[in-house]
Amino acid sequence: MRAKKLGWVLFFLLPSAIPLVAFTLVPMVSSLWVSLHKWNLISPMQWVGLDNYTNLLTDPTTRQVFLHTLVYVVGYLPLVYAGGLALALVLNQRLKGRAFLRATYFLPVVTSWVVVALVWKWLLNPANGLVNQILGFFGVPGPGWWTDPHWALPAVILSSAWKDLGFVMVILLAGLQSIPSDVYEAALVDGANAWQRFWRITLPLLSPSTFFVVVISLINGFQVFDQVYVMTGGGPSGSSQVVVGHIYDLTFRYGRAGEASALSWILFAVILLITVLQVRGQRKWVHYA
Amino acid sequence: MRLVKFAAVGLTAALALTACGQGSATKQAAAPEGKSVVRYMNFSSNDGHEKDLTAIVNAFQAANPNITVQVETVPYADYFTKLQTAVAGGTAADAFELNYENFVTYAKNGSLAELKSVDASVYKKSLYDAFNSDGKQYGVPESFSNVVLFYNKALFKQAGVAEPTADWSWKDEQAAAAKLTNKATKVWGDYQPVSYNEFYKVLAQNGGAFLNSDRTEATFNSPQGVEAAKFLVDKVGKTMPTEADGAGTPDFDTKLFTSGKLAMWHTGIWMFSALAGAKFDWDVVVEPGNTQKASAMFANGLVVNAASKNADAAQKWITYLSSSDETTKTRLASSWELPPIADESKLKSYLDQPKPANREAVFTALEQPILPPVIERQQEMQDTVTQELTAAAAGRKTVEKALADAQSKVNGLLKK
Repeated sequence: MRAKKLGWVLFFLLPSAIPLVAFTLVPMVSSLWVSLHKWNLISPMQWVGLDNYTNLLTDPTTRQVFLHTLVYVVGYLPLVYAGGLALALVLNQRLKGRAFLRATYFLPVVTSWVVVALVWKWLLNPANGLVNQILGFFGVPGPGWWTDPHWALPAVILSSAWKDLGFVMVILLAGLQSIPSDVYEAALVDGANAWQRFWRITLPLLSPSTFFVVVISLINGFQVFDQVYVMTGGGPSGSSQVVVGHIYDLTFRYGRAGEASALSWILFAVILLITVLQVRGQRKWVHYA
Repeated sequence: MRLVKFAAVGLTAALALTACGQGSATKQAAAPEGKSVVRYMNFSSNDGHEKDLTAIVNAFQAANPNITVQVETVPYADYFTKLQTAVAGGTAADAFELNYENFVTYAKNGSLAELKSVDASVYKKSLYDAFNSDGKQYGVPESFSNVVLFYNKALFKQAGVAEPTADWSWKDEQAAAAKLTNKATKVWGDYQPVSYNEFYKVLAQNGGAFLNSDRTEATFNSPQGVEAAKFLVDKVGKTMPTEADGAGTPDFDTKLFTSGKLAMWHTGIWMFSALAGAKFDWDVVVEPGNTQKASAMFANGLVVNAASKNADAAQKWITYLSSSDETTKTRLASSWELPPIADESKLKSYLDQPKPANREAVFTALEQPILPPVIERQQEMQDTVTQELTAAAAGRKTVEKALADAQSKVNGLLKK
């Protein structure tokens, strides 16, 4: 009887198991194999052992792209969390047109990254973009955005945070609605003001949602690619090149698939390490009610 | 899970293809007895010349009823990525197009079939030899093109500046560009991208060499190189639009010129047909030089896939596509890239066409050609040089520092 049930379970798993194996597990394992070779995609593979890894770890470009990715994550995460939390708090009130506003803020999340990046590239055009025109109106000289190495990454961070705001909002909104109202009522009776209620009740009880948002955003943040590729192409002068963008260039521009595969595995290790640390660390600050 | 998705879709899909792709290496339907299908992939008919290629295919099929040609046209920007993955996956076409810069890499790694008993006499010798690697002929030249100086006659007249001549030097160009630039009416005097492709050429126009003679070391960081790079970089913002104005984005320069807002434009003769509908009078002239003249020449070649099962038919097709009278006629009539044939009398009709009036310049420019310097890690070299020059153009580095950095990086690429 149990074996028969298991058979059915496996059968219903097939639709997702087949693509998972074909497009995830097989490529993952084979990329591990490729990472031990020198391979330009068109010549036969050449065994090089761990050379790709040692070359990458001593290559200044690798350090640079990891640094840029880190800057991206550090800039993006607080922005998207604070913004998403603010939106969630406001849209958790009884407002007119609340459903409409929620849908509107969620709209960028379901929009294609290429579209969003192109629109932002246009908005942030250093010469005649809307953002710099508005800044100019107030007498602030607008930065060079994607033509200035110091501003290219902030430009990407800004547009990414704008796009993902809605996602964070929805998760936190769900978290807010699961906080029982009697806790607030009890706090009111005790004379807690709005500020105290926010810090002592809302934030701690929201921590499971916060944890989820932080883990997901960090993983996505380390894999940032589309918006960089479309908005800056990693430039100017490589100032906004990120890890995945570098992996792409190594493979498809420069025919260095071995090093690209090795870099993917290094990135995987970094993300795994960070995620494990987060899961371990959650005991200290995440409160499951 | 974008990493996972990325790994799946991009990075190693190619590998998965090698694993399971062997069987489908030449997966076109088995042709009926005695009939073969030749798959042909190209970029040069993209964006305007698709019809001309179809005409050549039809003529070939009429002359060879046993061979069917299946054409696949891919935009240049995606072509080499696509070709790379197709070759890796064993699904590459029987015959395909390669530019001279990429030919070397493909010939060296065994993905091309050696061509047997080719009639070399029909081709211009220098072009034919360009597709020879280690004494073996792996391709035939398909077409060539070069770069000249396009100019808007109306704008010259308006500004009261004498039109460029073949005797012009850089100084004449700079002086004219300054007079022609009018920021009030948003008219720019000059457009020449700050890039690898322009740099190795102006370097040659200034008597410098990009690599040493045995291509083992970069030599462009020389007094000539610095002067040449400054010639390019100094135009930016002064007589030429900057990146923030849109320079460098696709079709930016074409639109600028066709809208009558650009007086001088360094670009290839492949633009002739696109400018046919321009509402103003324009012409071309050989590019100005400094210590000497040098005009960029680009050559495309045709090759046969080493894994092709129809190699003979494929060779027949590329021979026809490169040297038949039908092809020559079609190329000349449509102002496409030029046919690589030895018999120059057949090129006459090219000169008979009305616009631009000074078509002679195309052939004059061929007398002092400069081919792109090629190394094994070509794309990385091109990106590095363009990136450093762009940094200098944006004022983030001095030209001297940019060239020194570029040279040491290119030398690094030559060592690996």
